[in-house]
Amino acid sequence: MKLITAVVKPHRLDEIKEALQAFGVHGLTVTEASGYGRQRGHTEVYRGAEYTVDLVPKIRIEVLAEDDDAEQIVDVIVKAARTGKIGDGKVWSVPVETAVRVRTGERGPDAL
Amino acid sequence: MSASPVKRICASLLTTVGPPHSLSIRTGRSDDEEIPALNGTDTGFVLISAALVMLMTPGLALFYGGMVRSKSVLNMLMMSFISLGIVSVLWVLYGHSLAFSGDAGGFIGNLDMIGLKGVNADSTMENFAGEKISLFAFSLFQMLFAVITAALMSGALADRVKFSSWMVFIGAWVTVVYFPVAHWVWGGGWLSQLDPAVIDFAGGTAVHINAGIGALAAVLVVGKRVGFKKDPMRPHNLPLVLLGTGLLWFGWFGFNAGSELGVDGTTGLMAFNTQIATAAAMIGWLVYERIRHGAFTTLGACSGAVAGLVAITPSGGSVNAFGALLIGVVAGALCSWAVSLKYKLGYDDSLDVVGVHLVGGVIGTLMVGFLAIGGVGGGSQFLSQAIGAFSVMGYTFVVTYILALVIKKTIGFRATEDDEVSGIDQALHAETAYDFSGAAGSHMSGSTASTTPAKSSDAAKKVEA
Repeated sequence: MKLITAVVKPHRLDEIKEALQAFGVHGLTVTEASGYGRQRGHTEVYRGAEYTVDLVPKIRIEVLAEDDDAEQIVDVIVKAARTGKIGDGKVWSVPVETAVRVRTGERGPDAL
Repeated sequence: MSASPVKRICASLLTTVGPPHSLSIRTGRSDDEEIPALNGTDTGFVLISAALVMLMTPGLALFYGGMVRSKSVLNMLMMSFISLGIVSVLWVLYGHSLAFSGDAGGFIGNLDMIGLKGVNADSTMENFAGEKISLFAFSLFQMLFAVITAALMSGALADRVKFSSWMVFIGAWVTVVYFPVAHWVWGGGWLSQLDPAVIDFAGGTAVHINAGIGALAAVLVVGKRVGFKKDPMRPHNLPLVLLGTGLLWFGWFGFNAGSELGVDGTTGLMAFNTQIATAAAMIGWLVYERIRHGAFTTLGACSGAVAGLVAITPSGGSVNAFGALLIGVVAGALCSWAVSLKYKLGYDDSLDVVGVHLVGGVIGTLMVGFLAIGGVGGGSQFLSQAIGAFSVMGYTFVVTYILALVIKKTIGFRATEDDEVSGIDQALHAETAYDFSGAAGSHMSGSTASTTPAKSSDAAKKVEA
């Protein structure tokens, strides 16, 4: 199994969700996140005082997948998240040792 | 408004509180000729205006509250809101008397009406048109002016003062600063006896210059927030600021037009000028900001509106529409520039009480010297205006500075640095404004276990154990 994590622009969430549902992904977890990459932060002005905001709001999406599907799911997310502008985010996957469905106790790929 | 009505108001206060009311006891209420009837329209308008002015204080609390960081928003709200408690009580105990009963050397009233002694439902006073209005209505209206003036200073001291010390401070401040200055301007004191009298329709000197300079003095004693000019201190909730601005703007119609104490052409003029000066000031601030900083900000629009409201407060009853527009746009642009002074000069007027209320109040008070219609405006009027503005600034600065220093040396003015850094809401009020623990029902908040009563009794302690 693989854990696919995507940190992307918040306004792409709906497209990504729809694309994943179309692909057949049954569940995902979304967290509000903040951070910076090459995009860096931005400047805000309050009564003439300028504030540099380093950390940009992002959405962190996590999906558990079987090994065979993982690469394709990564592609689906990347395609749906892309705007072509700086700050589109990153997607990565890591191996997962075990997964359990809490209600039934099923383990491994059956739990997905 | 000119000199004579101001004097008339005080004279009538002196005379009508005593005789007409005692007269009514002697002759009975059936004798209508002996007691001229109270003007219901004017009294009703003053009562409605008082309610509008009351709403300004919670409005101010929201205006300020949105501008601080989320860890101290409740403290900010409470610093304004508590004024409704403390100052209202002091007003009825001796505030009304010190401001509006008699006159001691033009400086302050006497204590003859302490606890509103001798005032009953039949007590009246004459407004500018010579109509009788309920003395309770007038006193309530003036009480709420004192409330908001004290509350205005809180923005300068955001995030860092002990709440108990703040309560002592505003109680003492209205006693030694606001009540005397209100007497100077409206109670028959020396500023209303100048020739020509100072034009201060609704409180540019007594309220805004007074609170602005008082805030500056207090800030100089209290000192800067930890991390001033280093840490980001951006406003945590601008929608709250806009809501507060809306309530202030709405209430200000009562504050300004209500100061006519009745319903006539001047009331209409004042209400109209209040609207257009505020509009012009919003635009003035935004244009300056767009040129200087590159954006039309929400905070700028709100700040500009308040600057306009401040500047039209002393002047709106004495200028025409073009005068009001000019005062508004100048106040908006100049205040927008003035709020940057604190960074250059190094005083931490956290929410720009000086930059908006002092500067806006001075602009309105001085500009009306030239712009006043009806042959009043000119050099001598300008001189009176300047005397009014600068005498209040001098007196209030010195007295407030000493008062703040006394509080600092005795009970201490500031919260501890730990409390300030970690968040004054939790440290001093045992509350936090927002539950950030997140989604659906906040099961992760960590506070789910103990919904025990506060630790006030042994029983409560047992439950907790």
